Amino acid sequence: MIIIKCPFCGSRGHNEFKYGGDGSIKYPDLHDPITDWHDAVFQRKNIAGIQTETWQHIHGCRMWLLVDRDTLTHKIISVRPANPNIINILEKNS
Amino acid sequence: MKQFSTWQVLKNGFINQKGWKRQWEDAAPKKNYDIIIVGGGLHGLATAYYLAKNFKLKNIAVLEKNWIGGGNAGRNTTIIRSNYMLKGNREFYEHSLKLWENLSHELNYNVMFSQRSHVSLYHSPSAIDNASRRYNIMLNTGSDAELWSLKTLKKKIPHLNYSDDSRFPIYGALVQKRAGTARHDAVAWGYARAANNLGVDIIQNCEVNGVITKNNNIVSLNTSKGNIQGGKVGFAVAGHSSILWQMANLGNLPIESHKLQAFVTEPIKPLLDQVVVFSVGGAHFYISQSDKGGLVFGGDIDWYKSYAQKGNLPIVQDVAECAISVLPCISRLKLLRHWSGVVDMSMDGSFFICKTPLNNLYLNAGWNYGGFKASPASGWYFADLIANDRPNRVIQNHNLKRFEKGYQIDERGAGPDPKLHG
Repeated sequence: MIIIKCPFCGSRGHNEFKYGGDGSIKYPDLHDPITDWHDAVFQRKNIAGIQTETWQHIHGCRMWLLVDRDTLTHKIISVRPANPNIINILEKNS
Repeated sequence: MKQFSTWQVLKNGFINQKGWKRQWEDAAPKKNYDIIIVGGGLHGLATAYYLAKNFKLKNIAVLEKNWIGGGNAGRNTTIIRSNYMLKGNREFYEHSLKLWENLSHELNYNVMFSQRSHVSLYHSPSAIDNASRRYNIMLNTGSDAELWSLKTLKKKIPHLNYSDDSRFPIYGALVQKRAGTARHDAVAWGYARAANNLGVDIIQNCEVNGVITKNNNIVSLNTSKGNIQGGKVGFAVAGHSSILWQMANLGNLPIESHKLQAFVTEPIKPLLDQVVVFSVGGAHFYISQSDKGGLVFGGDIDWYKSYAQKGNLPIVQDVAECAISVLPCISRLKLLRHWSGVVDMSMDGSFFICKTPLNNLYLNAGWNYGGFKASPASGWYFADLIANDRPNRVIQNHNLKRFEKGYQIDERGAGPDPKLHG
């Protein structure tokens, strides 16, 4: 089991989460050339080592997270909310 | 090479089994080869064999970073079938099955190919429609297929879970009788022996760690056993294709590396005569019984990207639950072994056998969770590509440009998310 320290819920097993995929992808603007869209949708770095990826805590707070994880060892390096501003927004609304 | 035969078995019986020799030479690399295949798995070995056999080519090397049969060649569930539906895949996998049917004779090596039927269970009325469509396509393209009603299925495999209150009740099955299993180690050894006999150098413990290019050509490969020059180079390293691709400075591939687990139970008396798949309209689980008696089975990939050859526990539980729901009688069996292999998951679930941006480099990759059954045809078409420098008609769309052209070969219809093609 991979233990992911969710910034909202604490440490949980990875079976509470849904794996999103490569978190380093920046989707191009709608009017950008089709080749940019091709690369963003179909091409992958497929890193053997530490990569940034998205996970969603579906059986918890349902937040999307950015996780730095080593794909060779499954070790988690860091976990942060995918929206860096989310904590401010939540505190303002509470 | 000494041909294996009944006479040899008898003769060695009289001389205390002393007449057997090493089956292939563990070669040291030469400075220069006409063709270098990187990857000594089933696909690489088969490619080298067909290059030497079908095209009479000499001076070929296969480079393997560990030992022959130590990677995914020995980490699969040995299922062979050709029940694919889309153009290209259909012809390719049917060709592969035909090669399997004669493989033991072709290689003079018993690969223990057993055509024991592949039984795909269907679990909803709409899944039966799906099965009928696949059945018709298979029949109309020169393959074999049968639709079994629930009554036939109960007669053939009486111990499946047919209870009405099961979560995914069984409605019937799509059966391919020519499908089955083979012994994976024997396939690796058989191809290695036959290729070596035709003059192919099989170089083990030789890891490629650098690709030297000049003017859009590969000049040589830096390996753990020194620099080796190659006229043409083929990459057949599914699982690690991206790493080698980036070593040649070719950028990204439409591939993610994931891992797939498989399991073997303790051996038991004959229980299951067929390959049974708990599939459409239900979960994802496949099981067969090996000749030693162990039940060999597997299920989904681990859902997250990984290069680690180690599986994770939630999938162990998931697969065990599937096993018990479809075959409740095995609930008290113990697992004997459990392993995991790294696989290339491609963006549409189909493979690549194609030319590349470099003139003398050819790519064989993206086998997803099902490369074992493809091994003979993969070698056959990859050899054809390398020897003739053009793709065969059958695999002309299995290239890296297909996503640009909107020609995705997506059997499952899952879209560009590699983990969903498992």
